[in-house]
Amino acid sequence: MLRDQDRIFTNLYGLHDWGLKGARARGDWDGTKEILARGRDAIIDEVKNSGLRGRGGAGFGTGMKWSFMPKTEGPRPHYLVINADEGEPGTCKDREIMRFDPHKLVEGALIAGFAVGAHAGYIYIRGEFVREAEHLQAAIDQAYDAGLIGKNASGSGWDFDLYVHRGAGAYICGEESALIESLEGKKGQPRLKPPFPAGVGLYGCPTTVNNVESIAVVPAIMRRGATWFAGLGRPKNTGTKVFCISGHVNKPCNVEEEMGIPLKELIEKHAGGVRGGWDNLLGVIPGGSSVPVLTREVCDNVLMDFDSLREVGSGLGTAAVIVMDKSTDIVRAIARLSRFYMHESCGQCTPCREGTGWMMRMMNRMVTGDATVDEIDLLFNVTKQVEGHTICALGDAAAWPIQGLIKNFRHEIERRILARSKSAA
Amino acid sequence: MPKLTIDGREIEVEAGTTVLQAAEQLGIEIPRFCYHERLAIAGNCRMCLVEIEKMPKPVASCAMPVGEGMVVHTNNANVRKARQGVMEFLLINHPLDCPICDQGGECDLQDQAMAYGRDHSRYDEEKRAVAEKNFGPLIKTFMTRCIQCTRCIRFITEIAGTPVLGAVSRGEHMEVTTYLDSGIASELSGNLIDLCPVGALTNGPASYTYRSWELKKTESVDVMDALGSAIRVDARGNEVVRVLPRVNDDINEEWLGDRSRFACDGLKRQRLDRCYVRKDGKLAPASWGEALAAVAAKVKGTAGSKIAAIAGDQADCESMVALKDLMASLGSPHLDCRQDGAGLDASARASYLFNSTVAGIEDCDALLIVGSNPRKEAPVLNARIRKRWLKGGFKVARIGHKGDLTFKYEHLGDGASVLAEVASGKHPFFEVLKSAQRPALILGQGALVGADGPAVLALARKLADAAGMVKDGWNGFNVLHTAAARVGGLDLGFVPQAGGRDVAGILDGAAKGEIEVVVLLGADEIDMKGLGGAFVVYIGSHGDAGAHRADVVLPGSAYTEKSATYVNTEGRVQRTRLAVFAPGEAKEDWKILRALSDAVGKPLAYDTPKQLRDRLVQANPVFATPDTLQPAAWGAAFGGEGPVSDKALATTIDNYYMTDPISRASKVMAECTAAFGGGCGCNHKKTGTHG
Amino acid sequence: MTEQPTSFAFSPENLEKAKKVIAKYPAGRQQSAVMPLLDIAQRQDGWVSVAAMEEIARMLDMAPIRVQEVATFYTMYNLKPVGTFHVQVCTNICCLLRGSDDVAAAAKQALGVEWGQTTGDGLFTLSEVECLGACTNAPMMQINDDYYEDLSAESTQAILEALKRGETPKPGPQNGRQFSAPEGGPTTLKELAFQTEKG
Repeated sequence: MLRDQDRIFTNLYGLHDWGLKGARARGDWDGTKEILARGRDAIIDEVKNSGLRGRGGAGFGTGMKWSFMPKTEGPRPHYLVINADEGEPGTCKDREIMRFDPHKLVEGALIAGFAVGAHAGYIYIRGEFVREAEHLQAAIDQAYDAGLIGKNASGSGWDFDLYVHRGAGAYICGEESALIESLEGKKGQPRLKPPFPAGVGLYGCPTTVNNVESIAVVPAIMRRGATWFAGLGRPKNTGTKVFCISGHVNKPCNVEEEMGIPLKELIEKHAGGVRGGWDNLLGVIPGGSSVPVLTREVCDNVLMDFDSLREVGSGLGTAAVIVMDKSTDIVRAIARLSRFYMHESCGQCTPCREGTGWMMRMMNRMVTGDATVDEIDLLFNVTKQVEGHTICALGDAAAWPIQGLIKNFRHEIERRILARSKSAA
Repeated sequence: MPKLTIDGREIEVEAGTTVLQAAEQLGIEIPRFCYHERLAIAGNCRMCLVEIEKMPKPVASCAMPVGEGMVVHTNNANVRKARQGVMEFLLINHPLDCPICDQGGECDLQDQAMAYGRDHSRYDEEKRAVAEKNFGPLIKTFMTRCIQCTRCIRFITEIAGTPVLGAVSRGEHMEVTTYLDSGIASELSGNLIDLCPVGALTNGPASYTYRSWELKKTESVDVMDALGSAIRVDARGNEVVRVLPRVNDDINEEWLGDRSRFACDGLKRQRLDRCYVRKDGKLAPASWGEALAAVAAKVKGTAGSKIAAIAGDQADCESMVALKDLMASLGSPHLDCRQDGAGLDASARASYLFNSTVAGIEDCDALLIVGSNPRKEAPVLNARIRKRWLKGGFKVARIGHKGDLTFKYEHLGDGASVLAEVASGKHPFFEVLKSAQRPALILGQGALVGADGPAVLALARKLADAAGMVKDGWNGFNVLHTAAARVGGLDLGFVPQAGGRDVAGILDGAAKGEIEVVVLLGADEIDMKGLGGAFVVYIGSHGDAGAHRADVVLPGSAYTEKSATYVNTEGRVQRTRLAVFAPGEAKEDWKILRALSDAVGKPLAYDTPKQLRDRLVQANPVFATPDTLQPAAWGAAFGGEGPVSDKALATTIDNYYMTDPISRASKVMAECTAAFGGGCGCNHKKTGTHG
Repeated sequence: MTEQPTSFAFSPENLEKAKKVIAKYPAGRQQSAVMPLLDIAQRQDGWVSVAAMEEIARMLDMAPIRVQEVATFYTMYNLKPVGTFHVQVCTNICCLLRGSDDVAAAAKQALGVEWGQTTGDGLFTLSEVECLGACTNAPMMQINDDYYEDLSAESTQAILEALKRGETPKPGPQNGRQFSAPEGGPTTLKELAFQTEKG
């Protein structure tokens, strides 16, 4: 288990002062000027060497992403955009960072902004997080007042402005290019790539988009060194991670743990174990609603990191662990996700706009068994027609839970269909 | 220049080319719905998916720039499967009502479904139904058919510059709509019908009157304004059902103004289909023989100096040259083709042409618009100016009317005195023009119709010279005409001959009894009361103002009913083609004049169209080279002297929808007037819940 | 159709707020302020009317249709009036697994309305919503700006009854938990002490 002194989010549960004074007491804003004085390349190298992979779901190397930004600022300004549009079902980690440790994010934003050559940063926070946005804005105001950001931020000679931009209820804005569109005052419809944001992002300017957690761990990495961070977890899956454990556990919670912790250990140590015991486990969605469900057998031994979960056909995603015990109506649970994706499809591209509705309608019938066995194959086929054919990953996210369901729980769907046809006869 | 392989064939293309465009260069057609070469790339329909080796997923070829060494497959099993999937998704909520859909037979969705559709539907759920939207009187909607490609939204936003369309709500509830369902106040709205790849937006006035495969399609040229846009006239039997644009990158790209497209119902209404002779104060039907005899009886007893002729705004060159020759043989110097009295100078061709050419606007970097509202006078040209403006590095200023042109401009003032100030170099905008690489001005008829018209023309010339608008390879001096006949008339010298009277002089003479016979060749826009007691012969197609005043009416042909020559505002000689026959006893106009020349005993020297066209070339060599442009010589100064008035310069067109006998006869144009007032956003009636 | 007011104006304070918001974005990028301005308008009137959209379009130099697109795309804009308390119950997977059916039923019963309806006294509008991002404190609901977490049928009912009485129930976990720490106390972060606390 991760030692407390290796934990970054030391106010995860809001036990301490989230303001500047409390943050300083916990070590934030300590020697920020010196960190920036190391220079852009050194910071990027440090982050690269730490092995930090994006905490928003895709797991792309954060330092690598920063290095894609133009080396020098041309006529177009650079922007840092922080994705705080936390909306992936199961995920509630960035919320805790923003309401209880906002200065980690603000300081991280300054360092990241400096590293990518941005004089302005926007934090796009989901609209429903009203109180979290208030804390965040208060922290930003405190940082301005203390000269930590703004003109000559922290005495570094670098000017950096940071703004909070609130969303208004659209899951799709968690997709980075949709987020940029939304930030520009438009509907949150994902852009075609290429071009990528590092070339053409916010207002057509070079832009880096990072998740809240990715940015908030950067000051710790800079202070304690890449080696420290890289020494936690497993190779290529380094550092700590805030896990969100929800569903059928005895004590749902958020907890910061080492990357690569065994799933079973995570659940049993921190979440009080599966309701009714480990043997009562039906399955786990290990990384938020968009990754395929793991069956009980896989859960026994799997490690919680990007590569381990990919090897078993799922993903770490946002590290939102959704636990389902044997009482779960798994078909209904997945059907609920299908409705979610239908509701959140932006409507821009054909397969997602039309496919999510079709999948949801079929899934709803599968819940009651109002279908034929052939239709299970049709449903699977429809998910395949959506997958990989859309502008953004929402289509894939809508398809995968259903594919996972059919692969692992086909017998349950068939049972319902047969039961219904029998009762009808 | 990246080199790539598409379906096993290598090709080298310009960097920045998309995979879809590169494939097109190889003649490989990739199906698409949302992609349109003149609109921004949306990439949303997903029909153009292709496989590119080393890429994990199929790629939308419309949006993917080519890369060195790319290996693309546009038609392998994976690609076909992906497209079949997309097609199925497009069809699950589509009503499949092709048998009753006007788009049937010319529908992209129908065509692609033949290639990628299934023979039966696997979709067993409830289909979506979408409420119809108000797109105004010109466009009928069937929004359940919409496949959300957003071409219409992109056109109206980018090209037309009137952002009134959008897609509201999201996901499967996303609907394309006009703002608050209040119609589309754009002069270019008809193009949405062409752009819609399905039957969601169809031709309202023509709805349910045709099946596309029944139509006879005739390529022709538009004469509803002076641009000479390329059109196709679709007729069923002897009836024009619809008018569509053809591609002509030199003029209209592939757009057409709404009047040019939708006034065609006016071709069937108020038509003169037989001769009339006024008896006892009333027009009475007459035979050709009687009517020609009536004219001859009057003309034979009248001295040539008391006879005059005025050519209207849609008169073709053949009939104008014939009328001019006839007037010469009768000894009359009194002829004019400038109904509005514009101070145009027929002696210097460059003085009355749009010299930069329409396409040349895209090369221009500073523009001064004087006394013109291009949006009303030539909406397709206006879209071209907007296109140039969107590219940036383009300064526009305007003297005269102040209103929305869909692009930003600096308003310098109202009257011609401001032009004088600019021309003298005192106004700051002069420096803008002078420092530009390719400065231009557009001089509208509104600047020329006043008594000071020739002086304004001279001022414009002075400015053009001073600001360097005319140089090697560039002539930015542009006159924008509103009448399709005007440049042809000037090219043929259909203006007062030595000692002759212009329109005002003819009217003055008629009022005083000095002019006794006036021939109106489709001229309906003059003040008929001014003709006094003159004997009026009207040759034309519609029972408009001229026919009502006439003593003898000789029924002519509309532009869809003859092969006739027109010269557009650029000086481009073009020909219409006969799509349908003129109604009843109506004839081609030049044949009427030929017959009239016999009746008055002064037979014209040509009997065939070929002989007549030779006569055109003889009159002016420009007629020898149709469809091509030769730069007009700049030459010595033109225009006239004298002071210019301070009166505000305003466009000569009050109502975009009604400018000529055809559009005034059109019910559809009347409906547009009711819905949109004079057009171009002015007087736009706000309807319904508009706040 | 909702009856639309014929005009809209920001209050002087809100106009100031709006101006500050617009200043957050680079010159010429004022369209970025459309979402915050819609929010300010909604906080002023309780919902976003067509008149408000047109005023915002005017202020930001946008075509009104572009504002309408935004207002209809995002679910947080109420395009018709809602009750004083907008009760939004999450029924997504994590809440579903932990009893959002009971919460939903309790809310419907306590308020006497179905999803999407407003109580006769105009006090409550009840909505079913997607994941609100408090999944380890499921099931939960949002009432106006506050989250009420770790709900049961009883606590749901109690909160709504308290609101009816004009009281303000305490937001956050309703079962005594320390935010998202495991029930009964954290399993981590117990060894650390900081120099100053709650200064």
